[in-house]
Amino acid sequence: MDWLYVLMPISGVEIFWPGLIILGLGVGIIGGFFGMGGAWMVTPALNLLGFPMAFAIGTDIAHMAGKSLISTVRHGKFGNVDYVLGLIMLVGTVGGFEVGARIIMLLEGMGYVDVVVRWLYVVLLTIIAWTVFADIAKRRAKEKAAAAEGKTLDASTSGLEWYKTLHKIKLWPMVHFKVAGITCSAWVPIIVSFATGALAGILGIGGGLIRMPALVYLVGCPTHVAVGTDLFEVAISGLYGAFSYTMKGRTELVAAMIMLIGAAVGAQVGTVATKYIRGIGIRVAFGVAVISCALSVLLKLVQPLVPSMKGFLDWTASALVLTMVTLMSSYIFLRMLQGARRELAAKKVKQP
Amino acid sequence: MTSTKLKYMPKPSSPGYNTMKKKLSRIWLALTSLILLTPRAVCAASGEVKQIVIVADTRNLSGIMAWWTNLYNESHGWFTLLTVVIVPLTGILLGMLADLVMKRIGIDLKSRELGEL
Repeated sequence: MDWLYVLMPISGVEIFWPGLIILGLGVGIIGGFFGMGGAWMVTPALNLLGFPMAFAIGTDIAHMAGKSLISTVRHGKFGNVDYVLGLIMLVGTVGGFEVGARIIMLLEGMGYVDVVVRWLYVVLLTIIAWTVFADIAKRRAKEKAAAAEGKTLDASTSGLEWYKTLHKIKLWPMVHFKVAGITCSAWVPIIVSFATGALAGILGIGGGLIRMPALVYLVGCPTHVAVGTDLFEVAISGLYGAFSYTMKGRTELVAAMIMLIGAAVGAQVGTVATKYIRGIGIRVAFGVAVISCALSVLLKLVQPLVPSMKGFLDWTASALVLTMVTLMSSYIFLRMLQGARRELAAKKVKQP
Repeated sequence: MTSTKLKYMPKPSSPGYNTMKKKLSRIWLALTSLILLTPRAVCAASGEVKQIVIVADTRNLSGIMAWWTNLYNESHGWFTLLTVVIVPLTGILLGMLADLVMKRIGIDLKSRELGEL
C-alpha cells in the first residue's frame, strides 16, 4: 500500500494522501458554508496525519488561501460578499491582530499564556454558542407575541438586536454598505473587527469563527452576506499568512495542492448549500459546530488536572473535532443535494 | 465592487464640528497607514515561528520534486513567491473546473432566493 503515501519534499515525512483530499473536502464544505478558514479543525488533523506542528500550521494557511478564494468568488456571484465592508474591516483586523500578538507576548513573559488562551477560547466559544441560540429563542418569543396579537413578524426582525444600538452611533464617516443593506458609522465595523482581530491574535486563529457571528450580531449583516464577506477577509489574510509562513520555510506546497483538490469541490458544495438553507439554519449549524469546538478545547484544558488520562483526553479531543467535521460536512452535502434536486425538478416542470 | 455613499454627521452647524471632523480624519488617515504599513498583522496564522534554518533532504527525490526542494534550499524568496502565486492560481483553476461540473448538472450559480427566515 505504499502508493497511498506520498513523501513531502520539505518536511521529509510520508503522508497518507487520500487523508489530505478527504480533509480538504470536509473543511472546504464547512468553510464555504460557515465563512471561515477552519484552522482549528485542519491544524490538529494535519498533525494527526503526521505533519510536525509548524508545517501543519503553514500548510493549512496556504491551502486556506486557495480554498477561501474559491468560496469568495462563488459567494460573490450569489451577491453574498460586501467588498467595501470587508476592506474596511481589514483595517480593524490589522490593528487588533497586532494588539493580540503583543498581549500574547506579555502573557508569555508572565508564564500564563497556555492557561489564559485556552480558558479564553472556552469562554468565547460559550458566549458565541449562547448568542446564537439566545437569538433564535428570542426571535421565537417575538413571533409568538406577534401571533398572539394577530400580527405577522417581519422577516428581517431578529432576536438579539445589538447592532441596532450600535447603528445609533452617528460618528463621521457614515457609510452605506450596499450589499449588506446597512448604514452605520465606519467606526462600528472597524471597532468590531479590531476586537475580533485582537481575540484572534490572542487565540492564534484566523478569526472567522469570531468574525462571522460578530458581523451578524454586532454589525447587522444578513447571515449569507456575513459568511461571504468573512471569507473575503479570510482569503486576503490567508494569502498573507501563506507568504509569511513560506518565508519561514514552514509550508508544504505539495500537501496544500493535494488538499486543494478536495477543497475545490468542498468549497463549491458548502457555498452552493447556503443557497438552499435559510440564514437561521446556517446559524444553528454554526452554533452546534462552536459547541463541539468548545468541548474539544475543554478536554485539553482538563488534562493537567488528570495527567494519567492525558493520552485518552487528547485522542478524544481530536476524535470529537474529526467526528464533527465528518457529520457537519455530510449534513451540508446532503442538504445541498436535496436543494439541487428540488431546483432541477422545478426547472423541468417549467420547461415545456 | 459596490459603491460607498458618505453621509456626514447630522449637525454640521454645531460648535466643534470641524475640530472633531479634523480629529476623525487624522485617525482615519492613521488607520489607513497602519493597514498599508503593517500587513504582517493581517496574518491569519497562529503564534510566532522561531527562525530556524531547515534544510530539506533531496537525496530520495527526482524530477520536479527534486527541483522544488532544491529551490527551497537555495532561495526561500523564490520558493515563497512561487508558492503564493501557485496557491491562488490552483484555487481559481480548480474552482473554475468545479464550476463547469456544477453548471453541467444544471444548478443556477448566480442567484439565491432564500433569505434569513
